[in-house]
Amino acid sequence: MRDAEFFRSWMTAAAAAVEREADRLTELDSPIGDADHGSNLLRGFTAVRAALEAQPPAAPGAVLQLAGRTLISTVGGASGPLYGMLLRRTGKELGEAPEVADAELAAALDKGVGAVAQLGGAAAGDKTMLDALLPGVAALGTSYRAAADAAENGALATVPMQARKGRASYLGERSIGHQDPGATSSALLLGALADVAERDVAGREAAGRAEDGR
Amino acid sequence: MTDGALVGVVLVSHSAAVAESVAELARGLAAGGAVAPMATAGGTSAGGLGTSADLIVAAAREVDRGAGVALLADLGSSVLTVKTLLLEDELPPDSRLVDAPFVEGAVAALVAASAGAPLTQVAEAATEAYAYRKA
Repeated sequence: MRDAEFFRSWMTAAAAAVEREADRLTELDSPIGDADHGSNLLRGFTAVRAALEAQPPAAPGAVLQLAGRTLISTVGGASGPLYGMLLRRTGKELGEAPEVADAELAAALDKGVGAVAQLGGAAAGDKTMLDALLPGVAALGTSYRAAADAAENGALATVPMQARKGRASYLGERSIGHQDPGATSSALLLGALADVAERDVAGREAAGRAEDGR
Repeated sequence: MTDGALVGVVLVSHSAAVAESVAELARGLAAGGAVAPMATAGGTSAGGLGTSADLIVAAAREVDRGAGVALLADLGSSVLTVKTLLLEDELPPDSRLVDAPFVEGAVAALVAASAGAPLTQVAEAATEAYAYRKA
C-alpha cells in the first residue's frame, strides 16, 4: 500500500527531475513550440513542492489534487491545465483513502490520462504527452519501471510523428523529426514514480533486514 | 438568473495587450447604450505571455451579475485553462466557454449581452461570427 508520504515523494522527485531536465525540455520546445516548456514546468513543480511542504495533505488523493490545482494556477502554458487535469482527476479517483494499492493507482491514472485526452482532444499518434502517458499507464500492470520505460520509448517514438495538436501542428510536416517536449516531460513524471517506488522497496527491505537482525 | 441582469463577458488572451485592445474595440463598437460588464484576463500573473487561471477566475467573478458569464479565449492554453476551470467548478455558475473567433466574437458577444440577451443567445451571436467568410 502507498501512503501520502509516497505521493509527496513522487511529486518532489518529479520536481527534481523537471529541475534537472528543464533546459532540455525548453530546447526540445524551441524548434516546434514556444521555448517555454522547461521554464513553465519548473515554475509549476517548484510551486507544487512548496505547496506540499507548506500544508502536507494526509491522503494520497489530496496530495495529487493539491499538486494538480497548483499546476493549473502556476504553469502559464497548456501543460498547466493538462498536467493539472491529469493529477486532479487521478487524485479524485483515489478519494480520501489514507493508503492506496498499486492497482488502484493504476486505475486512477488511467482515468486521469483519459481526462487529459478529453481536455486536449488529442489521441495516440498526435505527437503529444499522450504518446508517453498511454503506453506508460498501460504498462503499470507490469511494474512502475516498465511504465517509466514504456513512457520513455513512447516519447522517443514521437520523433517521426507529425504534430496534430497545439502550436507545433501549425508547422505541419516541419514538426517531423523533433521529439515532443510534452511526451518527454510525461516520461519524466512516470520515471520519478518508478524511482520513488524502487526507493520504497529498498527502504522496506532495509527495515526488514534490521528487523531480522534483532 | 436575476431579472434584468446582463450577461458578463470575459476575454482570455495569451497577451494582456491583445485582451485589452480587443476589449476596447468591442466597447467602442457596442457603444450606444448601457454596455454589459466585460473584463480581461490577459497573459500570466507575472505580466508575461501565457495564461493565468487566477486572472481568469478574478475576471469572471468581476463581471458576474447573476445572468451568466460568456468567456472567449484565443488559443492553446487559454482555451484549455478555461475548460479546466469549468470542469473544476472554479468559475461562477452559468459560466460558458464560447466557441467563437476572438475579435469578432468579442464584439458580437458584447453587443448581444449589452442588448440584454441571455447567455445562450450571447454565445450564439459570438459563434455566428464564424459564418462570415472574408474571402
